[in-house]
Amino acid sequence: MIARQVVINNRSGLHARPAAVFVQNAGKFKSAITIKHQEKTINGKSILSVLAGGLSCGAAIELLVDGEDEQAAADALMQLFAAGLGE
Amino acid sequence: MEYRGIAAAPGYALGKVSLLQQREIAVTKRSLSPWEIPAEMTRLETEAAQAIGEITAIREVARQKLGDEEAEIFTAQILALEDPEYIGGIAEKIRQEAINAEAAVQAVTEQFLALFAEIDNEYIRERGADLRDVSQRLLRRLLGISTELPADKTETVILVAHDLAPSDTAQLDRDKVAGFATDVGGRTSHSAIMARSMGIPAVVGLENVVAAVKPGDFAIIDGDIGLVLINPPEDLIRHYQAKKMQADARRQEYEKLIGVPSVTQDGCRVELVANIGNVEDAKVALANGAEGVGLFRTEFLYMGRNELPNEEEQFAVYKKVALLFGRERPVVIRSLDIGGDKELPCLAMARELNPFLGHRAIRLCLDQTALFKTQLRAILRASAYGNIKLMYPMIATLEELRDANRLLEEGRRELRRENIAFNPAMEVGIMVEIPAVAVMADQFAREVDFFSIGTNDLIQYTMAADRMNEKVAYLYQPFNPAVLRLIQGVITAGHRAGKWVGMCGEMAGEAAAVPLLLGMGLDEFSMSAGAILQARAMIRRLNRKEAGCIATAALEMASAAEIKQYVEQEVCLNIES
Repeated sequence: MIARQVVINNRSGLHARPAAVFVQNAGKFKSAITIKHQEKTINGKSILSVLAGGLSCGAAIELLVDGEDEQAAADALMQLFAAGLGE
Repeated sequence: MEYRGIAAAPGYALGKVSLLQQREIAVTKRSLSPWEIPAEMTRLETEAAQAIGEITAIREVARQKLGDEEAEIFTAQILALEDPEYIGGIAEKIRQEAINAEAAVQAVTEQFLALFAEIDNEYIRERGADLRDVSQRLLRRLLGISTELPADKTETVILVAHDLAPSDTAQLDRDKVAGFATDVGGRTSHSAIMARSMGIPAVVGLENVVAAVKPGDFAIIDGDIGLVLINPPEDLIRHYQAKKMQADARRQEYEKLIGVPSVTQDGCRVELVANIGNVEDAKVALANGAEGVGLFRTEFLYMGRNELPNEEEQFAVYKKVALLFGRERPVVIRSLDIGGDKELPCLAMARELNPFLGHRAIRLCLDQTALFKTQLRAILRASAYGNIKLMYPMIATLEELRDANRLLEEGRRELRRENIAFNPAMEVGIMVEIPAVAVMADQFAREVDFFSIGTNDLIQYTMAADRMNEKVAYLYQPFNPAVLRLIQGVITAGHRAGKWVGMCGEMAGEAAAVPLLLGMGLDEFSMSAGAILQARAMIRRLNRKEAGCIATAALEMASAAEIKQYVEQEVCLNIES
């Protein structure tokens, strides 16, 4: 399992569009993708869970990737965060 | 009857009410026998797939009517119907509790809506509306209820609804729906944003308008002030008809001026640009024929949050605006203008006795250099993507300008070292809003690429009058000869040094001030987007030489009242002749 720390940069937080970008990309991988934020554990392949997580700008999250393609998945998702999730 | 709500999209609309019936979809819970479960699962799968098909079609409509960005919210809706926790949760419920699909959909939707309601970020909380939209569609499909909007009428109507789901709004036909009014919703809801981009006047958040109207009632929507009138008296109808006709005629006249250069009768070209505060404003500015941005306020990036925005976040926003306006049209970004009256939760700021004369804008930035450098680097990086210019607010002395430029140079050096692209020739100017700078403009002109006169503060500092204070507001006089002489001095000093001079205060968009400023030699007028086409119409009727004579005469006059009256009279004569 790979764990990475990320801070959400999007101005309005992970709202519909960036959340959609994240979930669509997470869905491409076989690995289980989980976001941990404070007490919450969020399924990274579930758009509603990601939205309901209410991740505002500046939220510090932990990205957990677990599975056969975890390295590729973690790299791709971290790159996505760095690029502002398409925003 | 009149109802007040939130002005969601500007304009006026009059017409018969069409009431969007949104009876709560009645769901009855039914227990299933074990052998019924596989069929129920198939039914859920089939209808979810059908709903995805419907939303995909709506997304295409939205893409054509509203553009890619608005269409993307329907991608989120489609993803919800493929969501392992949502559709997966519903399937799980059918299997484990042996209940019908409708009841399972309702239960799982409620769970998620409860989660959404607790979110303290308003923007994300509003996304609960998307989930409700999706779940209603799925339920209607499962129950075989048709999902037609009542907009297939022959006459144009005012649509009144408890709520308009984003998918409903995207499908509205501009020719059939003159305006809409809803009980719920806010300015940032998707429906409000879409109404603005489609140009459909709308008032939302009326709370109880649905209960108060019947189909066929006559309604007026005033989307400028958020007012809805139901069965108003004849004279009000006539009043609004006249207002709407005027507004329509003016808009048609002005729309012809989009993309037309702002040139005077004697062939003198000026730039009419927009004041913007975020990316949405930038799009509105383009739609209103802006030739660029004369003032991009960056404060919104810092407001209403607990952490400072980092370089990446700022860069992304500046780059987006730069790309919207392209390589030619300028975008003048003002560095952070905060402090005093505008407080930031992400910055500890002391309360001041006299905030307008206090520790604000460039003063605060030169004190908090880390914060300032982050912004300067972000602006420099964005300069690689368009015609970006940088402007410092509240400069009072040359030392401040030089200190700011030193930090900017540090930023350039760092970026070069890091091999990050930027435009080394990016223009750097200052806002002229402190009388001391206006007086010393010749000295400043040697060290800047341009001046932009910030009249809101320049007038208030020159007249020592707070315009928010009603008792002294009469002293806030844009036409006061002292103010005009300062402005003239800045323009002349700039031109002598070969630098361009703009104005980004409200005065630049004031109808009576445009001829005077043109005559004084102003090169760039920056105003709210809605004022641009009107100003362009005016510029195209004026003659710069004649305006110059008017300005020269006005500068010799003794009072604001005298000048204003003189200018208005002369301009009327000139334009009519």
